[in-house]
Amino acid sequence: MIKIILNNKPVELDVDPQMPLLYALRDELKLTGTKFGCGAGQCGACTVHVNGVAMRSCITPVSAIAEQAITTIEGLADNNGKLGDSAVQVAWREFKVPQCGYCQSGQMMSAAALLKAIPLPTDEQIIEHMQGNICRCGTYKRIKAAIKSAATRVSENKSSATASLSTNTINNPNGVEIFDARQFAHKKQGA
Amino acid sequence: MNSIENVSRRGFLKVAGITSGTFVLGMNLPLSNAQAKLATSALNHELNFFVSIASDSMVTLVCHRSEMGQGIRTSVPQIIAEELEADWQKVSVVQAKADSKYGSQGTAGSASIRNHFTSIRQIGAVAREMLEQAAANIWQVEQASVKAEKHFVIHTATGEKISFGELASHAAKLTPPESKTVKLKNNADFSLIGKDVKLVDLDNIVAGKAQYAQDIQLPDMLIATIVRPPVVGGKVLSFDASEALKIKGVVDVIALKPRSIPVTTNPLSGVAVLANNTWAALEGRKKLKIKWQHGDKAFHNSSEFSKKLAKQVNQQGETVAKKGDVYNHQYNNKNTVEATYTVPYINHSPMETPAATAIVNGKKCTIWAGTQNPQWAKGNVARELGLAKDEQDNIELNVTLMGGAFGRKSKADFIIEAVELAKASKRPVKVIWSREDDIQHGFYHSISANYCKAELTDNGSADYWLSRNAYPPIGWLWNAEAKTPSDAQLALGFGDIPFALNNLSIEKHAVDSFVRPGWVRSVACINNGFALGSFVDELAVKAKVPTRQMWLNLLGDDRHVDPNENGFKYSNYDLDLTAHPIDTKRMKSLINLISDKAKVEQKLPDNQGWGISFLRSFGSFVAAATKVEVVNNKVTVLEMHTAVDCGIVVTPDRVKAQMEGAMVFGLSIALMGEISVEEGKVQQSNFHDSPVTRMNQVPEMHVHIVESDAPPGGIGEPGVPPVAPSITNAIYHASKTRIRDLPVNKVFSV
Repeated sequence: MIKIILNNKPVELDVDPQMPLLYALRDELKLTGTKFGCGAGQCGACTVHVNGVAMRSCITPVSAIAEQAITTIEGLADNNGKLGDSAVQVAWREFKVPQCGYCQSGQMMSAAALLKAIPLPTDEQIIEHMQGNICRCGTYKRIKAAIKSAATRVSENKSSATASLSTNTINNPNGVEIFDARQFAHKKQGA
Repeated sequence: MNSIENVSRRGFLKVAGITSGTFVLGMNLPLSNAQAKLATSALNHELNFFVSIASDSMVTLVCHRSEMGQGIRTSVPQIIAEELEADWQKVSVVQAKADSKYGSQGTAGSASIRNHFTSIRQIGAVAREMLEQAAANIWQVEQASVKAEKHFVIHTATGEKISFGELASHAAKLTPPESKTVKLKNNADFSLIGKDVKLVDLDNIVAGKAQYAQDIQLPDMLIATIVRPPVVGGKVLSFDASEALKIKGVVDVIALKPRSIPVTTNPLSGVAVLANNTWAALEGRKKLKIKWQHGDKAFHNSSEFSKKLAKQVNQQGETVAKKGDVYNHQYNNKNTVEATYTVPYINHSPMETPAATAIVNGKKCTIWAGTQNPQWAKGNVARELGLAKDEQDNIELNVTLMGGAFGRKSKADFIIEAVELAKASKRPVKVIWSREDDIQHGFYHSISANYCKAELTDNGSADYWLSRNAYPPIGWLWNAEAKTPSDAQLALGFGDIPFALNNLSIEKHAVDSFVRPGWVRSVACINNGFALGSFVDELAVKAKVPTRQMWLNLLGDDRHVDPNENGFKYSNYDLDLTAHPIDTKRMKSLINLISDKAKVEQKLPDNQGWGISFLRSFGSFVAAATKVEVVNNKVTVLEMHTAVDCGIVVTPDRVKAQMEGAMVFGLSIALMGEISVEEGKVQQSNFHDSPVTRMNQVPEMHVHIVESDAPPGGIGEPGVPPVAPSITNAIYHASKTRIRDLPVNKVFSV
């Protein structure tokens, strides 16, 4: 049994420890927002956050993320915990980024992780970070524009974002909630 | 034009026969959020198969065409809502299942709007007139004295109004008017067409809630992965499943039934591993031991084949179109340009690999699939299950969103696989393709060679024009003897050369087939457009004039070109040639527009160059301009423009998005698109050796949309053909290296 914190909730996975997180999410937990694209860590469609860092879930065995905090597209939220309203998601809607939309969960997860690491990235930094995510429809131009817009929005709202820190989550100014794996232990003890 | 008849005659007349009462549409819907909403909302009244209105005024519109990223689930309802006079805020959209009552559902050939604009408008207008009639009946006035406006019908004399919701139950009892007799709006009165409305699927996509074929989950469902014959026409000689069955979670290993040539759109056969989860299925698959008989395609080698095709087009072929006489002419070598262009096999590589889920219960079958051709797929499944024509309604085919398609999901092979395995296992089965499966077992854009020859004339144009091509025809799928493309395929940027020529010969060659050919976004316009766009640039170089000037000179006077005059049976993408003419004036103005907007004649550093190209395809006119830099044998694309004249625009932002996407798709084709085959087997396997464009390769991009009142052309495909030649022309002008053999990465790093 492998325990993780998934989108701020403790989850136990009774699967082959070698099973990549992608299939655990999709087949076992029925969270299908994270997509299969290549199965080889080459396209980024399966990107999730592990402790706030972008990871390719198709090549990450669940054994490697035991006790870690995982965020998927379904858990992306703004600073007040409002799901679906993280800065990148707001920007993605504003720029009408998606065409078919299939790769966009992974694109947004990569973008959110980028903004966490580098709040105001340059064009070069955006390209460097995002070139692992393929979009066959060709929405790259809008992805770039949306990331810049999200970055600006976040940096302008920085003070209010900090003020909205809740007690049990560590928020960052980019609208990506980062959950501390220690919470899980704490909750388990309580139970 | 058949589909319009389908909609108007079969569709509406059938409705007229059954609209005696009200109808709860919820029963008819595939799994969707809208379904849940409908089930709990007020009673819905169906005015026709596409339009239902609830008593609370919420309008439900059916989108009968398939969404693959082009935005059709927004554009079709937008057109219906326009003529219905519906308030877009009160519209929800549900996806049609496969059903002939909707007329054509085949979402291919960029045809949804260009071929069905009028019939889709009529759907809305019929419903609107029913609402108006219902209001007129209530007020006991003539229908002419009332009019629908933004979700109400208004009595013009008194200003009195009744909401659509209040009228719905009355309207649903009326006999629908003939679709041909309803009055359509004047273009000037459009309030939704030509406006950017909220995209129907945007919020769900951004929240990660959009449901694609890969996402279907059913109780008790098995997941199947299939090892297919590495060579087309190959067969399983024997297999050993013992090790695979030892993997925890693997439930069964099933040999699919053998298939023969012609391959049609059937599955390729092979051996399936069925498991409780994807990981177990993939692990089980690794343990399968299969002995293959590769069949007679196992000697095919694509690089040798390309050379063979190139040789072939340097010989005279079978005449497709002819004017004057190019063969009794002494070409002046000094003024003659001759070139052979080759394009390899190309794969679709949609981000979502093919997937389908099926439940088979005796003669009943339920399917969820992302398909561009719902009714065709349904017919294929009926045949697979041995159902008679009148038993087809036993099949319920739910159409999901597609995570990209580009032509790949027009074929039903993966759907038939799911049906075959669900029938054999007696459980719901989801067939998923791996990326390797997608790359190695596709329906490829055909490997091709094109040849062009022409002589410059004193007036700055050219004449004595020869165009030839050779490539495995798509018709081979259904007819193993087919060796040349159909006239409809030859119409794609080949038989429809629009230049003012006195002497012309267009010829085709007979070619054998070795892999499954398919329709890849813009189809034969990829190779024909590459050849034409490159050759005009070569003529311009020879004549020492700007490429823009060569295009303008070749196109000549303003006129409507009729390829039939040269003896070619020109189908014009099934469009009426009078309504959708090959209009040289529109072509020339677009070439001028792109040249001016991109400033392609500005002086550049020595290692930089601009390239332009143009093609009219699928009823639309698109020009492309690209600026590149070539330094140390590396090509960097710096800037791209496309200009599009597609007539009336329904959803401007989606036209723009399609053009942006076409530039990226064209970049992939030009720079690195290649599937190679050795001993009958595809050599590539995943994105590391079958690369597509990534963000670091995408330049600054601009889209210019021409305002026009002309009937709408297509938009999904026409952006692609001019892109690749604009890139290779730019490379020539930057480096003096002419790329005639795609992709560019054979010569330059990209």
